[in-house]
Amino acid sequence: MILRRPLFWLILVLAGLFAWFPQHNNNVALREDLILVAVAIILTTNLNLMIGYTGYVNFGHIVFYGLGGYIGLYLATVRGWHLITAALTAGVVVSLFALLFGLGILRLRGAYFALATIGVLVAVQAFVSNFEPWGRSTGMYVAFDSYAPLGGPKHALWTTYFLIIGVMALSLILSLGIKSSKFGLGLFAIREDEDAAIVLGVNATVFKAIIYSVSAFLPAVAGALMFFKNGMIDPSIAFEYMLSLEGIVMLMLGGQGTVAGSALGAALYERLRSYLLTSPRLSGFHLVIAGALLLLVIRLAPGGLIGWFYRLVPRSREVIE
Amino acid sequence: MSALLEVRGIGKRFGGLQAVSDVSFNLNEGEILGLIGPNGAGKTTLFNLVNGVFKADKGSITFWGKDITGHSPDQVVHLGLARTHQIVRPLSGMSVLENVIVGACFGRAYQSMRDARATALEVLAKVGMASRAHSSARSLTLAFKKRLEVARALAARPKLLLLDEVLAGLNPTEIAQMIDLVRSIRDSGISVFMIEHVMQAIMNLSDRIVVLNLGRKIAEAPPAEVVQNSDVVEAYLGFPDIVDKLRGAQ
Repeated sequence: MILRRPLFWLILVLAGLFAWFPQHNNNVALREDLILVAVAIILTTNLNLMIGYTGYVNFGHIVFYGLGGYIGLYLATVRGWHLITAALTAGVVVSLFALLFGLGILRLRGAYFALATIGVLVAVQAFVSNFEPWGRSTGMYVAFDSYAPLGGPKHALWTTYFLIIGVMALSLILSLGIKSSKFGLGLFAIREDEDAAIVLGVNATVFKAIIYSVSAFLPAVAGALMFFKNGMIDPSIAFEYMLSLEGIVMLMLGGQGTVAGSALGAALYERLRSYLLTSPRLSGFHLVIAGALLLLVIRLAPGGLIGWFYRLVPRSREVIE
Repeated sequence: MSALLEVRGIGKRFGGLQAVSDVSFNLNEGEILGLIGPNGAGKTTLFNLVNGVFKADKGSITFWGKDITGHSPDQVVHLGLARTHQIVRPLSGMSVLENVIVGACFGRAYQSMRDARATALEVLAKVGMASRAHSSARSLTLAFKKRLEVARALAARPKLLLLDEVLAGLNPTEIAQMIDLVRSIRDSGISVFMIEHVMQAIMNLSDRIVVLNLGRKIAEAPPAEVVQNSDVVEAYLGFPDIVDKLRGAQ
């Protein structure tokens, strides 16, 4: 039972704190910081489903987020849908798109799969940059009256924030749920030795396609919410290659394959990144730090922070999943 | 006795190499069928054809009344045909218990996690690995890794078990234990099809033996007859009259 697992309650407490703290003293700056942390956690935990659970490195994970943003924004502003309906539709459409692609590119393994995921990212970006209804390379803006159904712009920003915190909590609970399920066991078996897993009866093709599709859903929903909150979207910010790579750094830093690790790595790295980006002397330096960090983690603590903690306190493995 | 596995005219070519050609045989229910042959005879390829790792170019395979030609390995194991690997393939990052749970979860029984755990513990006790359930699969010795292969396959609750050289690399004590295990598996109602190079063991265990050489079946008979078969002797030792010639030269 998921209710008996400490981490489940910890996730709820964390989400509660995220939601309560900035609102309690109307701290908009803190809200903007936390929203970036929440999005980093959403992207990293879902990326972990592919890399950490299944052993397939996805370099183009950000494509789900950007495509979700585009579909959500288009439905919410051009079509005038309610934000929640638009975001959920974006999630479903992107998941279906991932399922279709997954069945094709998941026949590839190892480096070839990783290359194909970069291909998907580049192809989707090129398509969107030339797609007239989505404003080609100039992108789209949120029409001011799109905020009306949510009670005006100020209220809408808070609503979007709470929704994103909700998606963060769902991402973590989803990871936790899959980890202890039979489906998750099949994924782990594929990660360890795909051919052996197939001989043991795991239908690897179907499992991989499903997890690829599942890992697309919540990032797409988050993309729809986030770009709606930002008020605009264009191909270069929607499909930011670097963010895709930084997601991998976050995952390795925290500890791939673990729920707590992917969240911890995302939160720590995102705070560091924000600090570096806003610091006058170190601005633009964050990718150098990211690269160095990745090298250090791989060299010194391949299990990331959580893996290192497991070695210090082996019993913690049962509590911190 | 009815045939549990019927292989008819099966063939497989890799580029210019005819690995298996036109092999036919039956495996009866409750039987231990041995498969022997010199290195490169196509034994493991034949296993890979039977459990669907390779698709056959020719011929058909029927298991338990169903045509399984062209089925994938995961479909084959769902129908009750499980196997072990010659080169052991433990899921290294997982514990021994988790390895066996995978077998139970996705095998013929397709059990839930809770039932699979019970099955796994029971199977581990049967193969004498209960005390290692929580060890990491990576840390096991070869003998235990081979037993883990057997345990995983058994956890699938198969009707037929393919054993690919489970004795190779084991010491005499370990071999004796494994032989007892194979017998007890058969006694529990699971038919066995096994590749083995340890001759004494396979002669003892098998009800019948199929002999392959260069991809072709050259004999199919009870153990006592197989060792008398001149084609078999030739496949293993070269021309049988060489022995006579050598004797004459003395």
